[in-house]
Amino acid sequence: MSGLPMIQYDVVVIGGGPAGMAAAVKAKELGLNVLLLDDNEYLGGILPQCIHPGFGIHYFKEELTGPEFAYRLTKRALELGVDYYTAARVLEIKNYSDLEKVVIFSSPKGAFEVWTKTIIYAAGARERHAFEIGIVGDRGAGIYTAGEAQTLMDIYGIMPGREIVIVGSGDVGLIMARRFALEGAKVKAVIELMPYPGGLARNIMILKDFDIPLYLSHKVVEVKGKNRVERVKVIKVDENLNEIPGTEFWIECDTVVISAGLIPSVKLLTNIGAEIDPATGGPIVNDLFETTIPGIFAAGNTVLINDLVDYVAEQGELAAYGAKLFIENGGIPTKHWIRLRKGENVRLLIPHYLSGERDVFIYARVKRPMENVEVRFPEIGKRLRLPVVKPAEMLRLKLRKEDIAKAKDGITMEVVPL
Amino acid sequence: MKTKVAIIGAGISGASIARVLSRYENLEVHLIEKAPDVGWGVSKANTALIHGGYDDDPKKYPMRAKLCIKGNRLWHEWVKELQIPHIWNGALIVATEEEDFDELEKLLERGRENGVPEMRMVDRDELFHLEPGLTREAIGALWVPIVGQIGPIPAVIAIVENAVANGVKTHLETEVRGIKVENGEVKGVETNNGFIEADIVINAAGLYADEIARMAGIDYFEIHPRKGEYFLFDEAIPGPKRVLFPTPTPISKGIVVTTEISGHLMIGPNAQDLPPEEKENLATTREGLEQVWEGAKKLWPNLPPKWKVIRTFAGLRPEPTGGDFIIKAEEEVWGFINVAGIRSPGLTSAPAIAYEVAEIIQRDLGVGLVEKTKWNPYRKEITHFFMLSPAQINELVKRNPAYGKVICRCNRVSEGDVLEAIERMKFIGVKTPSVDSVKFRTKATTGTCQGSFCRPRIIQLLAKEYNIPPWKVTLKGSGSEIGIGDVKVLVRGDEA
Repeated sequence: MSGLPMIQYDVVVIGGGPAGMAAAVKAKELGLNVLLLDDNEYLGGILPQCIHPGFGIHYFKEELTGPEFAYRLTKRALELGVDYYTAARVLEIKNYSDLEKVVIFSSPKGAFEVWTKTIIYAAGARERHAFEIGIVGDRGAGIYTAGEAQTLMDIYGIMPGREIVIVGSGDVGLIMARRFALEGAKVKAVIELMPYPGGLARNIMILKDFDIPLYLSHKVVEVKGKNRVERVKVIKVDENLNEIPGTEFWIECDTVVISAGLIPSVKLLTNIGAEIDPATGGPIVNDLFETTIPGIFAAGNTVLINDLVDYVAEQGELAAYGAKLFIENGGIPTKHWIRLRKGENVRLLIPHYLSGERDVFIYARVKRPMENVEVRFPEIGKRLRLPVVKPAEMLRLKLRKEDIAKAKDGITMEVVPL
Repeated sequence: MKTKVAIIGAGISGASIARVLSRYENLEVHLIEKAPDVGWGVSKANTALIHGGYDDDPKKYPMRAKLCIKGNRLWHEWVKELQIPHIWNGALIVATEEEDFDELEKLLERGRENGVPEMRMVDRDELFHLEPGLTREAIGALWVPIVGQIGPIPAVIAIVENAVANGVKTHLETEVRGIKVENGEVKGVETNNGFIEADIVINAAGLYADEIARMAGIDYFEIHPRKGEYFLFDEAIPGPKRVLFPTPTPISKGIVVTTEISGHLMIGPNAQDLPPEEKENLATTREGLEQVWEGAKKLWPNLPPKWKVIRTFAGLRPEPTGGDFIIKAEEEVWGFINVAGIRSPGLTSAPAIAYEVAEIIQRDLGVGLVEKTKWNPYRKEITHFFMLSPAQINELVKRNPAYGKVICRCNRVSEGDVLEAIERMKFIGVKTPSVDSVKFRTKATTGTCQGSFCRPRIIQLLAKEYNIPPWKVTLKGSGSEIGIGDVKVLVRGDEA
């Protein structure tokens, strides 16, 4: 015993973003005693800085902005009387036994030791930064990840710069291109390494709407500007992503925004030995989003990077339901676990294990874009035709309990052209 | 009547000199620095090693040979008195070819000559026992147990804080424009912030020491930059326990593989000579980084994948004409002391350089130094949340809730740590708030995410404590402001 103030809960939810909040609300509705922890000063995670619309169409059945989505979840959590701490950072999780966990956190009220039956880990993700993607040159002001630029603008009301180059055409980069354009900055270019844009179709429209040049099969290799960014060097790449010598050119700008993908935050999970899937970067989970450590669940971008907040919230709810089942049964009941495997043109998929006890949603991404395809699950004879698949757009497919029951030991998902 | 001393340059040399001279009753010491904070020049980016003293040939480089080993010994006291982060983990200079042993024998011999204790050769078996991750090509090594590692900027900061506590006056963001000399004697220093009177001027201006010397009419040496580039990897990647060097070449000690004091695997530096006018060229280059990667791989074949890199950076060594440290009172200008060309092993030698300068003041300038009856050798490091137990956190939270609030996730830096850092910045006279000043004092922003979560929070704290709008907070001094105004500034069309 540490001598710290000790508290006891059924569920501790780590992370107060959409996954964590949805989990906390659901767990409370299911009659569990819940503690929600977040290290920000406000609840909602990244949502409060996502002031654009496009949230909640599935989950709330209407289109909301990020802050509105966060507000609704927060309001619900407060109405239900969910216990929560903000500005609270979890320092350590201890897996004391399959039925008891310890969470040590620090907050302005001090450090606490929480004993809990289950944990829902919803710590979100971090962004890849300029050093990770091999950009060289000067290291002055004006180099931001998209999320940092968004925090500066939409939480703190700071305008980062005048002339912007965006690295990466994923949703976050495109949304920031629009944010900058709306605030009167000149977005000089969006630079995309791949031969196709990385975001959802609705976000690719932004480029047309605001007349922003998109450079496909290009990469930013160097930044010049000792105190502040002055220009960036761009080079063309071939189909194998190798640079083509002689195609370099410079773009004058004072701000570089890196939008090169997200990486699940899993440090506290790996510290206690949860298995990680190298494809998703998140933990291996079953159909209730339980990790390989009994009683520790995960949800949202900490499991895999999602396109839509609605899916993230859905995963949070499922994890809460899992926690309830776990507590009632002293573990997740199943006859046997069925492995879900990646086949042709599937880059990643979750859940990794199915219990066969319930219908499940499979979330997956393809490796390459394809038109006119069939998604197949050969072991159970399930097929589904799709006009188009893209790496940028996550597939969410339902497998029914009866279908899963047909599998002997594993189910493969493949995406093949017709 | 006190003797007025102006030290130009608050890097590791200038800071150490200021600390040593702060001991004397009859000196009034001014420390002048053009950057907004101390330690931002040559001292900022280097391999952060306390070298063993076996490298430097006493015949060719007598100053380096003498001061390196002496500095190494002095650091043992200084790191304790000033609570500077450090580790004494020793170094292995690795042989991969039979002929490397000739060079290692020379180093061993030279080390003995320079007074380096405890060096010896280790054979292949012992070597792999010490460092299992080494290249299989390794056939033996020279073991130098007295080598250590230190936080170079934290060291400068600690030394300056202690110097200021002992009465040294700092002048930051103060650029020297001229040296006033009358009748062959220095009278003071012209700066962008007015004239600073001085009887003794100490030129510890790093890369610019040649330009400062020329202001006093001394032009027998030139400083050219020699760039070195580095990779720093994410935490939890296993690195060596000791500092690993390849067998050296005539121009460089070679590309080092080490686990730096914060626990990150670090590789570098290469060596690229730049023309004297490129003293600001700190850009990393693909060629340079490629060289570092290839060089490091020769010693440490299991380098992590490139996406585990959290930072690449470059530093400049101030290479003087002749290669040796230039530390002397200049005869033609009385009161002008050069401390120039402090390239490797400058960080190691710094405390010894400082005592050397005190000696020069007494011996060559004839200023008798009178020790203070009350001189404080101690300085306390700021609170680091990441070093506290939960029980200690609760003690601090009683005093101030900010200590319980973690703002840098990756490195666990609390708001209390940051507020203390800001207090210390003000204590040594930092006028322009910058994120880098907080970074070097707390480690915030230097972890896995490189500050994308905590930088905005640090900006808020700096803005509040310095009472300026947040967009005026800088990354690293004037010209590196975080923003251009409030978020509507362009739409309104009234930006400055």
